[in-house]
Amino acid sequence: MTRGNIVEFAGVQKSYDGRHLVIHDLDLGVRHGEFLTLLGASGSGKTTTLMMLAGFETPTRGHILMKGVPIEHLPPHRRGIGVVFQNYALFPHMSVAQNLAYPLKMRGDDRATIAARVEKFVHMVRLEGMEHRRPSELSGGQQQRVALARALVFEPDLVLMDEPLGALDKALREHMQDEIRQIHRELGVTVVYVTHDQSEALAMSDRIAIFQDGRIAQIAAPEELYERPASTFVAGFIGENNLLAGRADGSAADGRCRITLASGAEAMAALPHNRALPTAQVTLAVRPERLAIGRPAELLANRLRGRITDVTYLGDHLRAQVDIGGGQRMIVRKPVDQFPERPAIGAEILVGWREEDGLVFS
Amino acid sequence: MAVAVAHGAEAAELRRAWHRSGQRRRLVSLLLVAPLFLYVLLAFMLPIGLVLYRAFENPELIEAFPETASALSGWDGGEGLPPDPVFATFARELADAPKRATAEAARRLNYEISGFRTLISSSARKIDSIEPAEPSAMRAALVALDERWGEPAYWHAMKRATPSYTPYYILAALDLRQDDRGDVVLAPEDQRTYVDILLRTLRIAAVVTLICLLLGFPLANLMATASGPFAVILMIAVMLPFWTSLLARTSAWIVLLQKEGLVNSLLARLGLIHAPLELIFNTTGLYIVMVHMMLPFMVLPLYATMKGIPPHFMKASASLGAHPLRGFLHVYLPMTLPGVGAGALLTFIVTVGYYITPSLVASAGDQMVGYFIAFFANTTINWGMASALGMVLLACVVVLYLLAARMVGIRQLAGLK
Repeated sequence: MTRGNIVEFAGVQKSYDGRHLVIHDLDLGVRHGEFLTLLGASGSGKTTTLMMLAGFETPTRGHILMKGVPIEHLPPHRRGIGVVFQNYALFPHMSVAQNLAYPLKMRGDDRATIAARVEKFVHMVRLEGMEHRRPSELSGGQQQRVALARALVFEPDLVLMDEPLGALDKALREHMQDEIRQIHRELGVTVVYVTHDQSEALAMSDRIAIFQDGRIAQIAAPEELYERPASTFVAGFIGENNLLAGRADGSAADGRCRITLASGAEAMAALPHNRALPTAQVTLAVRPERLAIGRPAELLANRLRGRITDVTYLGDHLRAQVDIGGGQRMIVRKPVDQFPERPAIGAEILVGWREEDGLVFS
Repeated sequence: MAVAVAHGAEAAELRRAWHRSGQRRRLVSLLLVAPLFLYVLLAFMLPIGLVLYRAFENPELIEAFPETASALSGWDGGEGLPPDPVFATFARELADAPKRATAEAARRLNYEISGFRTLISSSARKIDSIEPAEPSAMRAALVALDERWGEPAYWHAMKRATPSYTPYYILAALDLRQDDRGDVVLAPEDQRTYVDILLRTLRIAAVVTLICLLLGFPLANLMATASGPFAVILMIAVMLPFWTSLLARTSAWIVLLQKEGLVNSLLARLGLIHAPLELIFNTTGLYIVMVHMMLPFMVLPLYATMKGIPPHFMKASASLGAHPLRGFLHVYLPMTLPGVGAGALLTFIVTVGYYITPSLVASAGDQMVGYFIAFFANTTINWGMASALGMVLLACVVVLYLLAARMVGIRQLAGLK
């Protein structure tokens, strides 16, 4: 067990039917006080992992340690972990105050303590004056806040959130993201957050664990995931990326190698983490916003000539599709003022990128 | 945000336009339900109305002795006998009235004072022997025919039986009666039976409802949480009684529970009992069979409510530190209350009015109101009493429904929420 980890998954496997594994050999440490997001498509095992931690599912094999103690056979009500559910699960027959008081009552706190604690958390989520309303009389955002406050009111060390913002509209969701971040900072509580929304994960997390088919594909800080993805899957999952198939010629120097794209064009690219020589068939990944076009591109080591096939105006930037030959396309995304002129479909264009912005994956 | 139209004329115009725009659709939907509406009106509301009317209708004396009736209504009903002309009119009408009308009137008067029927029929037979005389002489002649005509109680009874509408039946159904001065008093002790029967009916219905709730709650819960084929099998098991004839099920229970029945012989073979248990034609049998009949009425509303409670509420409760048992009491149980209310109300109401099963499996002392309604309607042809008992039963059910609606909420009882 690593010092500073509040939760440790050690060789955890989970199967629902005794034939297929939904979680393969999961090893995962959750650090004290961090905001860790489990990110993945539906069915990737992120929610199962969360439910095992909450105690609603039992690992088929392996151990879950909390503060060094195995908890995989501890019933949920004795784990002391706060959970915010996807649909809030507020008790409809209780008022806001009664919902918040419930966990305290179950712990046998006295009336005065309960009242004070409820008041404090009502204040924290800014629901003053709503204490006596039923959940059905609240808006979605307000219900979300009550759910948040209820999971925090008994001051657990660890709070789990299962896609808590999924039901809210975009503006409210972004607002709530800020609020959850702020509460996390204020209380210093450890948060394990599940979402399938990568921009939400990037915006909120200290670290993100990307789940792929029951395994963690990569776990790292958002910046590192974006800049140095460990695999084509991660490169394609986080943010937009141009993934081009090519062949490596086997030479490598200084952490770079030369690859040949389908059109016959050659490019130099950086090797990520594993500095081993890539096999012959490789994938080149270049972020759309790292591509230069027109005159600035002429100065760069990697240059391709292409033809614009589509342009989308997105307000703050333009997104253009460029056919670079060999049946391959690249997406270019640039602030509007960085396009020399409004590109026309069918126009020829030069795209270029720095060597270190191209990543090679086997 | 809705924007209100400021000016009165504009608002009225908007309302008219809105009304016109929906008119055709409303008309079509009304037409579509019209046949059902008519059917319910003619086959359900109208008969119920007529039966309830029968509880107050009082035509017998007016038909047989119209003039006596009007003469009696002019009498102040004080101490003593009515004035002489009443005797004369009555004697004349008794002689002239058709036999059938006289018999009806005699039957009606017999409800007031037992023995009145024979008084009327014997007097009617002998009335022709009386010579027509001065009105003042008719009183003596009638008393000579039967001295009971000289007793004021009989004339008071006749006066009470003359109005077109009478509270007699409804009072009788509550063990009450009007005395000679027209005051409502308790019926003589040996005639007080209906309140006991009513209370017994309510008690039986309450016990059946309670047993159904205790048995049905876990079953409904199992059905709501079971998955796949098991849930289907459970559902069929619950619905099966609904698909079998009531009479067949009741007879099957009689076969099973009787002295030489399957249950007794099994218990005897296992050595658990030495003498056969009395399981049928008594209170035990009534409860066993009624609970079986009523279980689906309890289980289905419970199941519907429980099915609508997502499992995440209990998970949330556990995550907040509540032992499953406390979670059940504080979270799950309150959320099932609308189903408990609807199921209990349905079971209770259906049980209160049940007739066939209790009449077949219960002892004479365990019969419910329904049995007596059938008795009055079929055996003694006393529609007034049958209707009055029905009304009392209906009133009980309505009061209960209002109470339940107040406690649980009428929308939840109706399954609208």
